[in-house]
Amino acid sequence: MYIRNQLTAVTLAASIALTATALMAADLRVGMNAEPSAIDPHYHNLGPNNAMAQNIFSRLIEQDEKQRLNPGLATSWKAIDDLTWEFKLRKGVKFHDGSPFSADDVIFTFERAPNVPNSPSSFGTYTKGKTAVKIDDFTVQFKTEKPFPLMPQDVSNVHIISKKAAEGATTADFNSGKAAIGTGPFKFVKWVPGDVILLAKNPDYWGDPVEWDHVTIKTIKSGPGRVAALLAGDVDFIDNVPPTDISRLSKDPNVLLSQGISNRVIYLHMDQFREDSPFVTAKDGSKIKNPLLDVRVRRAISKAINRDLIVERVMEGVAVPAGQLLPEGFFAVSPNMKPEKYDPDGAKKLLAEAGVPDGFKMTLHGPNDRYINDAKIAEAIAQMLSAVGIDTTIETMPKSVYFKRASGGGPNKTPEFSFILVGWGAGTGEPSSPLKSLLHTYDKSQGFGASNRGRHSDPTTDKLIEEALATVDDKKRSDLLIKATELAVGQRLGIIPLHYQVNTWAARKGISYKARTDERTVLNLVSSSK
Amino acid sequence: MSVFIIRRLMQSILVVWIMSLIVFVGVNIVGDPVDMLINPEADQAEIERFIRDLGLDRPLHEQYWYFVLNALKGDLGNSFIFNQPALKLIIQRIPATFELALAALLMAVTIGIPLGVYAGLNPDYRISKTIMATSILGFSLPTFWVGLMMIMVFAVMLGWLPSFGRGETEMLFGIEFSFLTRDGLAHLLLPALNLSLFKMSLVIRLTRAGTREVVHQDYIKFARAKGISQNRIIFVHLMKNIMIPVVTVLGLEFGGLIAFSVVTETVFSWPGMGKLIIDALHNLDRPVIVAYLMIIVIIFVFINLVVDVLYSILDPRVRLQELKG
Repeated sequence: MYIRNQLTAVTLAASIALTATALMAADLRVGMNAEPSAIDPHYHNLGPNNAMAQNIFSRLIEQDEKQRLNPGLATSWKAIDDLTWEFKLRKGVKFHDGSPFSADDVIFTFERAPNVPNSPSSFGTYTKGKTAVKIDDFTVQFKTEKPFPLMPQDVSNVHIISKKAAEGATTADFNSGKAAIGTGPFKFVKWVPGDVILLAKNPDYWGDPVEWDHVTIKTIKSGPGRVAALLAGDVDFIDNVPPTDISRLSKDPNVLLSQGISNRVIYLHMDQFREDSPFVTAKDGSKIKNPLLDVRVRRAISKAINRDLIVERVMEGVAVPAGQLLPEGFFAVSPNMKPEKYDPDGAKKLLAEAGVPDGFKMTLHGPNDRYINDAKIAEAIAQMLSAVGIDTTIETMPKSVYFKRASGGGPNKTPEFSFILVGWGAGTGEPSSPLKSLLHTYDKSQGFGASNRGRHSDPTTDKLIEEALATVDDKKRSDLLIKATELAVGQRLGIIPLHYQVNTWAARKGISYKARTDERTVLNLVSSSK
Repeated sequence: MSVFIIRRLMQSILVVWIMSLIVFVGVNIVGDPVDMLINPEADQAEIERFIRDLGLDRPLHEQYWYFVLNALKGDLGNSFIFNQPALKLIIQRIPATFELALAALLMAVTIGIPLGVYAGLNPDYRISKTIMATSILGFSLPTFWVGLMMIMVFAVMLGWLPSFGRGETEMLFGIEFSFLTRDGLAHLLLPALNLSLFKMSLVIRLTRAGTREVVHQDYIKFARAKGISQNRIIFVHLMKNIMIPVVTVLGLEFGGLIAFSVVTETVFSWPGMGKLIIDALHNLDRPVIVAYLMIIVIIFVFINLVVDVLYSILDPRVRLQELKG
């Protein structure tokens, strides 16, 4: 905090340095917060890797900056029956080595993607239950055992590699560049881990022409360091601008900010499965029956939180109050669910109705290095809850310790805490992802509720989610997902949404970025306004 | 002397082994790397597959046994994140860190010793007092803060030097070094100065104290009485005698320079070992943490050995056999 303030203090004075070092227009130097763990697009299914892969490779279906699905290497796709999807492939696409793209590359990709050795997070998540079949050189069918409506979403997460270049290749072959042959906007040149990634323009890119001849990507982990590098003119464009620097930078005439709401909702999860919850007691410290089991208490907590104040003061205006799982504009977002109004009197009344008129005592656990201002949000919430009679103390810890305990630190690997602050980004860009993982009954055998750390459980919700996941028709599925969200979040408060994060990129004047809801920094979305 | 060195090496092996045990158990108590690395959307089956792949489903003593067996073959395990040998990842980063640490040490010595001698010879001058006062700041200001201030002043406001990174490198003996190119030198200057400030202050204070003590000794007075030139007195008679504590401390501190370059490397995004270990700690990349700490232990042990040998060369009264390690 202190460091950042020190830094911002000279932001204005620094703008002179910025203009002085304007660069040749066709080269771009980028300062990024995170580095991928490999260039292999199928090694590690995580944000930084997927963002980097998107520069070098293409997918059958591309997700645009709002995670809407657009034609990529497939020009059209449809479900020809409940169990078969057919993809028509783009003709005339060339890989970086000049070889043509065809259905064989697609089949090869979907065979390799789930089978990369020692993958820390495998792409099997997207390929399982699907068999790719070549019909002709430019037609591929995916067969499933059950109706599978999320086929386009899943396919839009798998990058297509070249069979010719990558047959038998290991992750190391991709990192060295030997197998890193894609059809994306940039060719891979070189990676020096911890230091720099170099890319060059792919003149034969099938999409919109690429603007940058050469791209240099530097990893700058420290937030103030990234801002300083931008202000000093050492880089042209940075991601993850620290919130404390945003207001200063926005006044700087030589800096252009790009901001966009993300698919990440910050929410509270409450213990809804234990009568005797470890971190909830009566005010005198004696044991009580877990009041969080009562929906009226959960509603009271939601009413006691002033989301506008959190957004304005804690998040410095850079967030949007949340009333459901995804912000407006995404698929299957309920038009009826608004952020809960701040109503402390209503909260007290509900607590009285629930039989705890004098409130109770509990601990809010949260990470302190995972989400934007996470520890400060927890502090604000504790104060707001204490104001309506729920004496809340907070305990925050590094994410490396926190998530293990939150997911399975208790006896028999049950969640350890009673009341937690967490966030969820919907990678598929629609609410089935959080519904399935956060609100469906915990069910190991079917893979449901993997992150349901409050163990919310409701048979009607489960049925709606499962039905939605088997409905191919978009309109019907959207209705089911909305119904499930309205029930699980709106009525039952299985989780309490707080706000959606807003992400900020900054560039020197003359460069702009299309802010992405999936928080990724994708370099052909950086453009210069000559 | 060789007996001494052999005994010392045996002790080192014991230290490294105990260290490995402490570190291995320590990192296995804290947190869970699986939560750090896996995509949150993965289901329970995928999570279990990854735990099995890493071997984390085995009991701790079994994991440690396999670790020791492999370590004896020179394999400290694969990074959970990069799936590359942890040792290789660290060795790749060693040149950058060593270059930075050596540059910082060089700065500390070349700037610190003359200033210290000057302040020791002329304790009442105003300049001497300024030097001593500034050296207190060098001790007490936190490295990361000074680093950020340097970036602000020299990179952001004045625009003289680059704000981060290593710059162009050139090959020498098959290793990339940045001090061989102009761009690389410019990149090296700020982080090296930042890292050296603390040591520089230390050297100034040690040298001054030594000078003040030695300058009043009989042999200096005698040399003066003999009419030996001031320069010869300072550079031969005085220097040689104040160097013993300086060399000892700097030797020990050099290990510290390498180990604590973490802060400077983070502030300046210097692609060295420190940055690697910070990332590894954040993501609980256990093999890299263990390998890093073991390498640091080995470096420390080695430096201590070198210091002892140097010590005996500088001060003939010291006999290594008598030290018994």
